Amino acid sequence: MRAGMLLFGAALIAVPAVIAARPVSIELPVGTVPAELAGDEAAVVVNNCAACHSLDYIVTQPRGKGAQFWRDAVAKMVNVYKAPIEQADAAAAADLLARKFG
Amino acid sequence: LTLMGKAAIAAGPTVQLPFANGERQLAKLPQKRPMILLTARPPQAETPWAVFREGLITPNDAFFVRYHLSGLPTVIDPASFRLEIGGHVGTPLRLSLAQLKRDFPVREIVAVNQCSGNSRGFVEPRVGGGQLGNGAMGNARWRGVPLKALLDRAEVRAGARQVTFNGLDNPPVDTVPDFVKALDIDHARDGEVMVAFQMNGADLPFLNGYPLRLVVPGHYGTYWVKHLNEINVVDSEFDGYWMKTAYRIPDNDCNCVAPGGKPDKTKPIGRFNIRSFVTSHADGARIAAGRVVELAGIAFDGGSGIARVQLSADDGRTWQDARLGEDLGRYSFRPWRLGLTLDRGRHRIKVRAISVSGESQPLEPRWQPAGYMRNVVETLTVEAV
Ligand code: HEC
Repeated sequence: MRAGMLLFGAALIAVPAVIAARPVSIELPVGTVPAELAGDEAAVVVNNCAACHSLDYIVTQPRGKGAQFWRDAVAKMVNVYKAPIEQADAAAAADLLARKFG
Repeated sequence: LTLMGKAAIAAGPTVQLPFANGERQLAKLPQKRPMILLTARPPQAETPWAVFREGLITPNDAFFVRYHLSGLPTVIDPASFRLEIGGHVGTPLRLSLAQLKRDFPVREIVAVNQCSGNSRGFVEPRVGGGQLGNGAMGNARWRGVPLKALLDRAEVRAGARQVTFNGLDNPPVDTVPDFVKALDIDHARDGEVMVAFQMNGADLPFLNGYPLRLVVPGHYGTYWVKHLNEINVVDSEFDGYWMKTAYRIPDNDCNCVAPGGKPDKTKPIGRFNIRSFVTSHADGARIAAGRVVELAGIAFDGGSGIARVQLSADDGRTWQDARLGEDLGRYSFRPWRLGLTLDRGRHRIKVRAISVSGESQPLEPRWQPAGYMRNVVETLTVEAV
């Protein structure tokens, strides 16, 4: 699915396996940009953090955990999962998330 | 990456999980009724709580969905699908679904699957990770082939230490470690661990692991590898990321540390601890004062079985035994009921279970850094009017 399509558009084109062993396929949602990350200032997060998972993983995290929580989260993405993010962008994303979500 | 535009969030009903920042969409994923959406990609959703009131078995279309990696398959052809069993074995196997169902013993077991991070959203102080309510659990009747039968046919060689499990889901990029889990060889051969092809009498739903998933009764969902297509016997301790670094718990008696602390030793997460819930009434429910009102719910543990469930209406000073209901096996939800007569006013009802092995639930929550294994005694407020 492409941007802007409703999550609810996900559909299953399945064939009951009892009839015959036919391929089963699904269409999966890609996720949308959450309202909290919709502004231009959040572009650094939207552009760098949606490659591997939808952005809802970020905005559902607990709030008020402090700047270190977000620096650690971004560092884990870069160091453990090797997210291809420029150092400056990583720092800017962590800062933005800290400012928005505390 | 197909970049997303600055689209509006999908319109649709939302629910509020009872913790801060707990607003979630109710979304319909393939083969599912509307469920509480955690993330869209990969799809992750938990079971709406009311479903647990409907019956002991969690319906396939409401069973929770948890993925780590967004590179999941979108097409699976059951005719060309093969399950490979290899590594430290004498006779590697490559089985079609038809062979699996025809050439091996088929068994059924009712067992709870629960996410390690079920209830993480309630953990205080809050921790990062999937912010789930209590709905990342479910109880199903699994049908499949005992892993032992497959390993025996493959003739495990002397010196085997562990068995690893991999599924068709892949990392979104290859720097992210593939999701591979391991069990000790004796556990893998205990006769209970199963390669399941059915759930509640139907093919596994796609998002619950079609066409095969590992069923590891009494153990957290992280081991229940979905779209299972590779089983590998190894002669050393498997050190993949999802065993060695992720899914670790404090290696001490309580599997806990002081809130905010760090364990000095960890081990892979294993069996469920014991839990119990009220399902008949929602928190804040109004009930009739001065006459018997029946409360009901469920309990489960890591497989010793539920011996007793007790309720307290006086903050844990006194406890009354509930009546246990139908026994679908020691890995299943066990239903319980108890009639209570309450005076007019607000009451805090606590529920706790005690297992056959004597394990019970703590009155104060235990804490671990990853927010796994929450099993505090649950408290429900009711208003008797
Ligand atoms: C290279 C892939 C990749 C990129 C790019 C990426 N992530 Fe992740 N992220 C992951 C993986 C893998 C997980 C773990 C998924 C799971 O276990 O459910 C994850 C999980 C998370 C979580 C949930 C908590 C946790 O630690 O599991 C948060 C929050 C998060 N990512 C934030 C971000 C942010 C912020 C960015 C951008 C700065 C980002 N991610 C970019 C791969 C990535």
